[in-house]
Amino acid sequence: MAQTLLLQGNEACAEGALYAGCRFYGGYPITPSSEIAEYLARKLPLAGGTFVQMEDEIASIASIIGASMAGVKAMTATSGPGFSLMQENLDLAAVTETPVVIVDAMRGGPSTGMPTATGQGDYMQARWGSHSDHPVVVLAPAGAQEMFDLTVKAFNIAEALRLPVVLLPEAVVSHIREAVRIPDPGEMEVIDRYQPDDYEGNGFFRRDERGLAYPPVLGSGFHPHYTGLAHAEDGFPSNDPGVVRKFVEGLNQKVAKNLDLVTDFEEEAVEDAEVILASFGVTGRACQHVARLLRKQGHRVGYFRPRIVWPFPEARVRELAHTADTFVVAELNLGQMRLEVERIACGEARVVGLHKVDGSMLEIHEILVKVNEVLP
Amino acid sequence: MPEVFVKEFARTQHLPTIWCPGCGLGTSMRILMKALADLEVDRNRLVVVSGIGCSSRMVGYLDCNTVHTTHGRALALATGIKLSRPELTVVAAMGDGDAASIGGNHLIHAARRNVDITTLVLNNSNYGMTSGQTSPMTPHESVTTTAPFGNLEHKFHLCDMVKGAGATYIARASTYHYMLAIRLVKKALKHRGFSFVELLTQCPVYFGRFNRMSNPSDMLRWLRDNAVKYVPGKEKELRDEQYYIGELFRDETKVEYGELLRQLRERVRSWEAKRS
Repeated sequence: MAQTLLLQGNEACAEGALYAGCRFYGGYPITPSSEIAEYLARKLPLAGGTFVQMEDEIASIASIIGASMAGVKAMTATSGPGFSLMQENLDLAAVTETPVVIVDAMRGGPSTGMPTATGQGDYMQARWGSHSDHPVVVLAPAGAQEMFDLTVKAFNIAEALRLPVVLLPEAVVSHIREAVRIPDPGEMEVIDRYQPDDYEGNGFFRRDERGLAYPPVLGSGFHPHYTGLAHAEDGFPSNDPGVVRKFVEGLNQKVAKNLDLVTDFEEEAVEDAEVILASFGVTGRACQHVARLLRKQGHRVGYFRPRIVWPFPEARVRELAHTADTFVVAELNLGQMRLEVERIACGEARVVGLHKVDGSMLEIHEILVKVNEVLP
Repeated sequence: MPEVFVKEFARTQHLPTIWCPGCGLGTSMRILMKALADLEVDRNRLVVVSGIGCSSRMVGYLDCNTVHTTHGRALALATGIKLSRPELTVVAAMGDGDAASIGGNHLIHAARRNVDITTLVLNNSNYGMTSGQTSPMTPHESVTTTAPFGNLEHKFHLCDMVKGAGATYIARASTYHYMLAIRLVKKALKHRGFSFVELLTQCPVYFGRFNRMSNPSDMLRWLRDNAVKYVPGKEKELRDEQYYIGELFRDETKVEYGELLRQLRERVRSWEAKRS
């Protein structure tokens, strides 16, 4: 029976993971993510799953990559300092085409920063934190319900595209308590691991027409070789320029070739908008409120919020840049998503930033003041 | 059937190996293959995990499920594999830099958890892949490219460390002690819990050359002459390049982590059944 529960964002995320079929959690305690680990430590044994507290964040992500290679859906959760440590193996998941879900509950500020305060400073790190070109998809939930829904979606994207997916809530989204509807089993789509019956010529990493490779689960009768080295279609290392080019390009084209699976945004009243308030996460909810307020007062203000922030919904923002005069990009960092909007708007529309980095949320009046400044 | 197991166990299309002439890693790989073949381990259910370095390239030549991970992380990844699929046989093969330096923390905690993983540390006393720098297992006063005037540090007694951390099977041998090494690796594979075998191996090109042992046979003699047979209760003071060989520790009483996990799941299930 579907039920509606009062859940903390982190608890909703853990419920979403269980709903999606996650049966392995390896993690290390860190504020503001720890409740995900605590919740799953209680729930996973009954579900026949494994909870293990690892020695650090490097081991945490390594353990979930191992579990996923062995065919079990796996996740970990952390915050900025731990996410920094995970970057090494995030790349390994990407190049071995191993689906994993990583939650980075964003605290305020760089380094140890403000563990219990909120922020959105990991926006760029989530995409570019690991070295060199690699694919990663990043989802930004705006509340407890989306912590559930987008966690299920994160697992589905990870399984479908075979890559690491990052769920990027702000601390406030991790700790907010809201009503969350848990759907019946089968009500929401859950994508499970696909494995072909056979691999012609041991082409374990050969791509299909959608650019996707389906390397076999460990212990499934094949003898795959997984490596972080640049590799050919059979999984074995190669330095041949042709092979390496195909490896790097193929890996990175998977996302571009499957944009239908990884485009998700919310928008309101943008068609005739002169000013569009763009934001992500819970900061976006404040922007939505302000956009509605100003609409009521007769101003042509719209609202745009990507739920999947990487890949950035480039095509839609480009369209909006043709019709709107100004984007106001509101975020709890010094302008990381603004850089994306500026790049895409490319002079077609003015881009103005509204940034805050003191550990508190953007207040309605702060957003109102900024939008009033740019209204014609 | 002397050579059959090698042909069966090797991905022959990827041979010859990348290792230098005279390197002990070929012998080390053969020791592992022989132990696995003698025990008739099902290669479809065998996963060998490694890190980064010369010895970690071994997994590419083993015809089974193999994972070549990031530097030092083999055991953390192997933990995820073994705990999620307990029916698989999981072996971790690492070098001394990989296991004792960058992966030291993972080694400590894998031993402490006592997960059923067989760990093989192939100790060649230096970082060979990056051409001969000091490792935590380089003996005191040995010369390396980053210790051109002799190593100021002392080597890490890794077997003692994993004992303190909670490993339940610990043994040491060298490529010189070939038959002993096979026996110990077989015992380690059969042991239920975290088993640890340190295998000293010769690196004539990058370690031997700087230490008047550029001939592989000189290095093997060095491995022979510095080995001391371990007799419990008769421990003595060893020089930094000396080492004990044989079975060093065994504990059959400590319950393996995967088994504890299985028992936990059953317990929780019966509580839940009583509640509803």
